[in-house]
Amino acid sequence: MEIKNKPTRDGYGEALLILGETNKNVVVLDADVAKSTRADWFSDKYPERFIDMGIAEQDMLGTAAGLSIAGKIPFVSTYGVFLAGRAWDQIRTTICYSNLNVKLGGAHGGISVGPDGATHQGLEEVAIMRVLPNMTVVVPCDAIETKKATLAAAAMYGPCYLRFGREAVPIVTEENTPFEIGKGYVLKDGKDVSIIANGSMVFEALRASEELQKEGIEARVINLHTVKPIDENILIKAAYDTGAIVTAEEHQITGGMGSAVAEIVSRNQPVPIEMIGIFDTFGESGTPDELMTKYGLTYLDIIKAAKRVIERK
Amino acid sequence: MEENLKEICKVIRKDIITMIHQAGSGHPGGSLSAVELMVGLYFNKMKHNPKQPGWGERDRFFLSKGHACPVHYSVLARSGYYPVEELNSLRKLGSCLQGHPNFCRLPGLESSSGSLGQGLSIANGVALAAKMDDKNFRIYCLLGDGELNEGQVWEAMMTSAHHKLNNICAIVDYNKVQLDGPISSIKELSPLSDKWKAFNWNVIEIDGHHMKQVLDAYDAAAHCKDKPSVIIAHTIKGKGISFMENKAEWHGKAPNAQELELALAELK
Ligand SMILES: Cc1ncc(C[n+]2csc(CCOP(=O)(O)OP(=O)(O)O)c2C)c(N)n1
Repeated sequence: MEIKNKPTRDGYGEALLILGETNKNVVVLDADVAKSTRADWFSDKYPERFIDMGIAEQDMLGTAAGLSIAGKIPFVSTYGVFLAGRAWDQIRTTICYSNLNVKLGGAHGGISVGPDGATHQGLEEVAIMRVLPNMTVVVPCDAIETKKATLAAAAMYGPCYLRFGREAVPIVTEENTPFEIGKGYVLKDGKDVSIIANGSMVFEALRASEELQKEGIEARVINLHTVKPIDENILIKAAYDTGAIVTAEEHQITGGMGSAVAEIVSRNQPVPIEMIGIFDTFGESGTPDELMTKYGLTYLDIIKAAKRVIERK
Repeated sequence: MEENLKEICKVIRKDIITMIHQAGSGHPGGSLSAVELMVGLYFNKMKHNPKQPGWGERDRFFLSKGHACPVHYSVLARSGYYPVEELNSLRKLGSCLQGHPNFCRLPGLESSSGSLGQGLSIANGVALAAKMDDKNFRIYCLLGDGELNEGQVWEAMMTSAHHKLNNICAIVDYNKVQLDGPISSIKELSPLSDKWKAFNWNVIEIDGHHMKQVLDAYDAAAHCKDKPSVIIAHTIKGKGISFMENKAEWHGKAPNAQELELALAELK
């Protein structure tokens, strides 16, 4: 199969352009990083609905709250570390507590951000966003899915955090692959183990399943793009059908998607789980590939985890 | 007219201390200092309709210093947004009158608040939307002086000025006392007017307990067309109740039955 690569943030930029055309209420706010988030594509075309807030994330989130109170649909984007981290209280108390219709585009999620190092590698956003009442959290796996997720975020009411990455990653979905916020889906069926992944790890999960197949292990691969509200049914069914789960995400193990899966599985259909992710450490500079390898985020790591978890059945 | 407003101020002050006494906790100091500023708005200058809180053309008021909600709750009740008896439910389980304002529970609020430093940003967002939609309503935002310690306020000041948001009127309740003690002993604010001027704001400095000055200030703010306006209102924390005035210890403490009686007697 021929693999095409594209950064997920491009999907965000493309979706904003569509929204600029189709929804007059959409406004875009940025904190002096529009070129990185692809919000500049929108600002070039719709300057009257774009506000560069400068390097002032807290003010940006508050301003977005005000815009939403006045009936606009603000999309606010900057690097995830600064968006989710620096303005967390603004997101919590001003936006989520009032259930305001503000959309958050968190760029540069994950260690694959690369040479900028730990300060710019968002590894905690999913955890600190998903604990907030009223918040929806989506981690799309490729540029096509990011575009769909961004459009879906505009179509729903309420705060929504979209996480995307910096690097080009393989396109694994198609324009007509179904996408619905809150609904995971099975990319490949299997009965021996379920690999549940999101973001850039979906491609690694598919690759791992192909290798496992050669050894006679049939792995189900699930794309769990929405971490909140979580798709309980698909998780419980995976636990019931396959009896073992591996989760894979470019995020801290503590509090991330894997934790969210464990919360559901342990209460409903307990089975052994292994988790792929960052183990309670900060990242560092390096190329994306070097970092993904060093921090255990490749298909090879998933294969090992799958074998371990099957042993534990 | 001004006499009438002064009478209303007395009623509001009685509400504030009575409701905080009944709740057993709450913030009297910064509620009492803002009474004239709030009454001047809700009973004179602001366009609003208590029977139709969502009326699109209404002027908007944002209470950035959310802990002073007793004064806002009382002003809203006395304007007719909900029955005055509701004030008895302050801070009680299931009440619309939460310890700090919750937008989802109470008609008449424009936002939730309680985490200081955020209101001016929100007001700016509404002001920017109003400009995009060619709406003419005004947007007011009441800030505490201690609250100005928060960096976000200064970010927001730059935003309002950069976008020349002449529909914004910020009000600083400059009562010179915050939670731990006097402003001057924690983080000096003066020269406060100069700071706002340097940020490109139209600054109006007044005695915030002098009703005519308060009303005139709102008019002056509305007349300024090229900048956002701020009213720096010199006030007294705990104003109107002698034993509470200028005392940090009355920032967040409820009067007991005896203190309530003394206070009400002073407001006769
Ligand atoms: C972000 C944040 N930090 C701390 C507090 C706790 N707090 C509540 S009121 C207050 C002092 C506020 O002082 P000021 O703004 O001068 O209010 P006023 O004197 O008018 O009551 C503090 C520190 C808070 N509510 N929000």
